[in-house]
Amino acid sequence: MPLARAVTHTLVGLEPRRVEVEAHLQDQVPAFTIVGLVDRACQEAKERVRSGIASAELEWPGRRIIVNLAPAALRKEGSAFDLPIALAILAASRQIPADALACHAMTGELALDGRLRPVGGVLAVAEGARQAGLARLLCPPESCAEAALAGVEPLPIRHLAEAVAYLRGERDPPPYVPGNGHLPAPPVPDLADVRGQERARRALELAAAGGHNLLLAGPPGTGKTMLARRLPGILPTLSDSEAMEVTRIHSVAGLLHPGRPLITVPPFRAPHHSASMPAIVGGGPGPRPGEATLAHRGVLLLDELPEFPRPALEALRQPLEDGLVSIARVSGQAIFPARFQLIGTMNLCGCGGRGDPAAACSCSPQRLASFRDKLSKALLDRFDLVVTVPRPRANELAAGASEASGPVAERVQAARQRLAGDPPRRKETASELLDRAVERLPLSGRGRARVARVSRTIAALAGSDEVLPEHVAEALAYRSPRELSVT
Amino acid sequence: MRELVLAAFAAEASAHVVEAPRATRFRRFADCFDAGMYLAALKAAGFRWLPRSDSAFPPLLAAIHDPPAGLFLRGEGAPELLARASVAIVGARSCSSYGSQVARSLGRELAASGLVVVSGLARGIDGEAHRGALEAGGATVAVLGCGVDRDYPAIHASLAASVAESGLVVSEYAPGVEPAPWRFPARNRVIAGLTSVTVVVEARERSGALITADLALEEGREVFAVPGEITSALAAGPNRLLQLGASPVTRAQDVLDVFGIRPAEGRSVSPVLGDTAQRVLERVQDSPAAADEVSRALAIPAGELAVALSELELAGLITESDGVYRGVRP
Repeated sequence: MPLARAVTHTLVGLEPRRVEVEAHLQDQVPAFTIVGLVDRACQEAKERVRSGIASAELEWPGRRIIVNLAPAALRKEGSAFDLPIALAILAASRQIPADALACHAMTGELALDGRLRPVGGVLAVAEGARQAGLARLLCPPESCAEAALAGVEPLPIRHLAEAVAYLRGERDPPPYVPGNGHLPAPPVPDLADVRGQERARRALELAAAGGHNLLLAGPPGTGKTMLARRLPGILPTLSDSEAMEVTRIHSVAGLLHPGRPLITVPPFRAPHHSASMPAIVGGGPGPRPGEATLAHRGVLLLDELPEFPRPALEALRQPLEDGLVSIARVSGQAIFPARFQLIGTMNLCGCGGRGDPAAACSCSPQRLASFRDKLSKALLDRFDLVVTVPRPRANELAAGASEASGPVAERVQAARQRLAGDPPRRKETASELLDRAVERLPLSGRGRARVARVSRTIAALAGSDEVLPEHVAEALAYRSPRELSVT
Repeated sequence: MRELVLAAFAAEASAHVVEAPRATRFRRFADCFDAGMYLAALKAAGFRWLPRSDSAFPPLLAAIHDPPAGLFLRGEGAPELLARASVAIVGARSCSSYGSQVARSLGRELAASGLVVVSGLARGIDGEAHRGALEAGGATVAVLGCGVDRDYPAIHASLAASVAESGLVVSEYAPGVEPAPWRFPARNRVIAGLTSVTVVVEARERSGALITADLALEEGREVFAVPGEITSALAAGPNRLLQLGASPVTRAQDVLDVFGIRPAEGRSVSPVLGDTAQRVLERVQDSPAAADEVSRALAIPAGELAVALSELELAGLITESDGVYRGVRP
């Protein structure tokens, strides 16, 4: 019976799904057909597989070849099926033993000369293999470190001929050395580079300690973006389970570095403001994660917040509230985790002159109103901390050195532990101050809750067991200013 | 009823008329005009008509050289409100945060001392003056350049509603009249005419607020101006008025003196401030400053400074806008 079967996995959202690649040879006019709801890249596997087999000096069966990717109703995308298809055909034509094939998982794209190219999502595929009880995964050498994270044994395959030699039992591929090429993490920008901006620095520290969303508003050139980029440097590193979660997401997006597959520092994503709604929250026919998901357990910086398309910003409200994105498609629903910390920066007006002593704002009232209308109250409500960053005078920039990220990160770490263990409770006097503030200042019910949250973080950062009035008072200074919330 | 015909005709013909014109069109209009029905419709819509001949018509307004035929009123306030001692606060629509703060506190303090604050419901200074008066629980009157049924500008619809709740929204134009550029100078003459004192807060050269001030001067009313920085275009108007002999306003009492209103005794008890807060207050009162400037000047860490600033803000001693803190005179 000229039939053979290879096993691989594909991704539905972030979850692996088992796919069996069946190859059947029929004694009919030579032809090559791939069925099973495959996309264009998958359809083109025909040409790559044919050239790859020829380049490996193996025989292309001169019969009618049918390849079926089962389950046939599941949509399949991408080029990771090249290797399983090629091996299934070779097994069907008795060039490699079919039973050897059946006890391995495999993934990889073929080059025309038979070499293997890396593909995205290997971590999830490897996890699928482990769940399916397959201990070994044939994959490109670049993906081995990633596959090893899932607890399967990766077999680094550089060329189709190597896979064939291994499956025939002729020659084992070079063993995978765990941890080889573990590159040091790239340097994270340090807070010592930021001169002045005491208030914004303080707010950044609070944001890091409490996981608050932070909005930095101010005229252009005041260092808003520079500050925001330094947040990952003061955040605690990810726990093991968080690291796996983040790594899986980045694996799907094909963003992992082969020499450093496991992501241990909080990811930092800064999409350009021309990004569309699907780019931000994820989308596409077979939904793919967007920037919000890539920033999971990390920081999403939206530089020039009002310049983002309104639908993209409004779509962020769900992840900000629930920590996940659910994308509904006709074929089903994909749920991506998206628990990130949002940092926004914005000017105070359309021309950028507001808040700048050296420039005058030339915005008409209509223009100012339309600029502020770009941000809905619902979105502004999600920012616990709002800081207006005025332009520093030149002599402030010449001020002495600033504190580096290291000590700040230590304080943040200590505050996080305190908040996770026994969070500070609000004293009676502090609650009274909060009530008085609601009366005196333009502060909504939601605003009150935000101030309460931030004051708890301030207390934790100060190492206090109780939220004191002074902590509430400080939190009040970072509330959403009148200019941004009402006209 | 002559005045009502006139006002209705002005709306119909989209013209500015204060005296009955000798035109056939007006005669024909007057012949078939049913005053009773018009007034009934007006009443059903919740508006009132105060003709010039009515005894409640404000005498100050009646005394200008081209008084309106009458005023359409909207709101809960009595018509007698218009005859009470009042002050107009006018200024630029796109004002600075300093200007809006001054307008608001002047509106608040003058209204708290019993004066009626009159303004034009426009964006910027006008709106802030109304808001200040409402904050103090005082009476305020908004004069529109369109029919009283129109909320113009639309963004001030809720402000107009609050003004109408306790005060009055008035216009010489019949309901249904659309705002038009030429109606605003005419509206300004009503603002200037209703009041014995006009305060110009911020105004550019050749602006509507200066027209109001000129009209007030022509009618021999008192004009005050809030001095501004000589380099600021928004201060050009008030500074020009000061050159021409207007009185400067540096505090609400300057205006109250004209009306012979004595300052209220023992009104404010200065709150007890911490040492840090006291130092911060002095620094901010010297000149408006961003938090970081204060932090550096006084060598106070950002967190501690935020505590002091919130304390002062809650005490109503300072305000913040666009990241800059400035002192408020208690």
